[in-house]
Amino acid sequence: MSGYPAMRAGATDLAVLKPFRAPPIAPTGLAAPAMLSTGMLATLAVVFCASLALAQNAAPAGRDGAVTILLRWAPLIFQGFLFNILISFLSMALGTIVGVLVGIAQVSLVAPLRRTAWGLTQFFRNAPWLVLLFYAMFLLPFEFRVFGLTIAFPAWVKAIIGLALPVAANVSEIVRGGIRSIPSGQWESAESLAFTRRQTMWMIILPQAFKRMLPPWMNLYAILTMATTLISVVGIQDGLTITRAALVAESRPELMIPMYLLLLLMFFAYCYPIARVTIALERRFNVKV
Amino acid sequence: MAGRHQLGEPVVVIEGVEKSFGAFPVLKDVGLTVRRGETVCIIGPSGSGKSTLLRCINALVPVSKGSITVAGRQVVDQKLDKLALRRDVGIVFQQYNLFPHKTALENVMMAPVHVLKQDRAEVEERARALLAKVGLAAKLAAYPGELSGGQQQRVAIARSLAMNPKVMLFDEVTAALDPETKKEVLVAIQDLAAEGMTCILVTHEMGFAREVADHVYFTDGGLIVEHGTPAALFGAPREERTRAFLDKVL
Repeated sequence: MSGYPAMRAGATDLAVLKPFRAPPIAPTGLAAPAMLSTGMLATLAVVFCASLALAQNAAPAGRDGAVTILLRWAPLIFQGFLFNILISFLSMALGTIVGVLVGIAQVSLVAPLRRTAWGLTQFFRNAPWLVLLFYAMFLLPFEFRVFGLTIAFPAWVKAIIGLALPVAANVSEIVRGGIRSIPSGQWESAESLAFTRRQTMWMIILPQAFKRMLPPWMNLYAILTMATTLISVVGIQDGLTITRAALVAESRPELMIPMYLLLLLMFFAYCYPIARVTIALERRFNVKV
Repeated sequence: MAGRHQLGEPVVVIEGVEKSFGAFPVLKDVGLTVRRGETVCIIGPSGSGKSTLLRCINALVPVSKGSITVAGRQVVDQKLDKLALRRDVGIVFQQYNLFPHKTALENVMMAPVHVLKQDRAEVEERARALLAKVGLAAKLAAYPGELSGGQQQRVAIARSLAMNPKVMLFDEVTAALDPETKKEVLVAIQDLAAEGMTCILVTHEMGFAREVADHVYFTDGGLIVEHGTPAALFGAPREERTRAFLDKVL
């Protein structure tokens, strides 16, 4: 008891745990990150040009220069990159639809449903993406027969399913966390107004949870986009496959650095702005609460 | 158990209700009757089970033993139609619990439109009238985040009233408010009581209980220690515990 006045005066010898003060978060507009990402992009472009210049100098006499070769392949590599983006869109869409349903099942009042959803989420969230992709590629049939009708099931569709599995599991966790973050008073007052559980979920809880779920969801999308290059491992012609093929065709070792950098640059230009906007959204929602 | 004056038929009848949270008994053999048009206040120290009792009435909290009937419907029943019960019972919480993504008007309209499936235009007209009645005609388009505590609480009252409940429950609705805004909420409740709405309030506002209540219950340790008209309970408490409590708070 006698220690109290001393502590209040800040003159104690004892170790005192001071309250943690987070640095104030300044609200930023969405334009600021966009400008920042332009700066980063410019830096990368400079590095790219430098490596290209080096390769140009190292070119053997009497053969095409590095710039010429790169220009020759760039459209094809870009097409491959666009295919990666297409795969990312479709996997994200499939993964999100499944993930939202599984995430809602994770907070279900029906215990078996809740446990199953939890188990699925944990399993697919903690499995390597590439292994899941292999399973999808080799376990799914290459065609379906429904009532005598044969539906082809090409490799790229299987790849989308393979990538959608971990995405669904991660979306499921994002949804569960978002729902859980809404104060219980919201459930209580909705219940008291005789809303059914389903109405409460879709009309009151999820709309509020949405803005909390958006930043992690976008983050996941950026990660997925980068992970789409995994499909080159299972033999699908994406941006990475084409880049590699180009290097083999030209057999010019000095081109390796600028060629891969070109592909990296495309992914970076696409994913970095997403990451910046995600951070800006997080801040904006944090400030307003 | 009747109040100061003869009122309508019993709306809420509670008999021998017991409730434990784990091994801890919160309510031990509680009984009370509220008649139509009556205003009943439940007072008592913190942790005496007042709020729990209120939440038992609309089945937010399940009861271990006893009987609760609301407008003739038995609440302590496995097969209870909770949604039907809750259409008859409005409740207002200490923390308002408005829906922050909806405007004041939408907050009031949501339940009648989506739960009672009433016509949107009619509901809107009624919602506007209700908000005007609680003095918020100018705040229809405001979001809860833009309103003061007292204003939010009045929206919450209007939101419950929009369901045309047979009884209104108030769970320490002014506890989170400053003295100024407290007044405006209490006035809204007083108007409601004067119009003949059946109200059950858990409150720490002794002055308000004394003025507005027809009947006051004093609870302590999960029991109803004493009850009577405000004049009797506040003026001449019979029980030592009641006296001790009133000495502390008045």
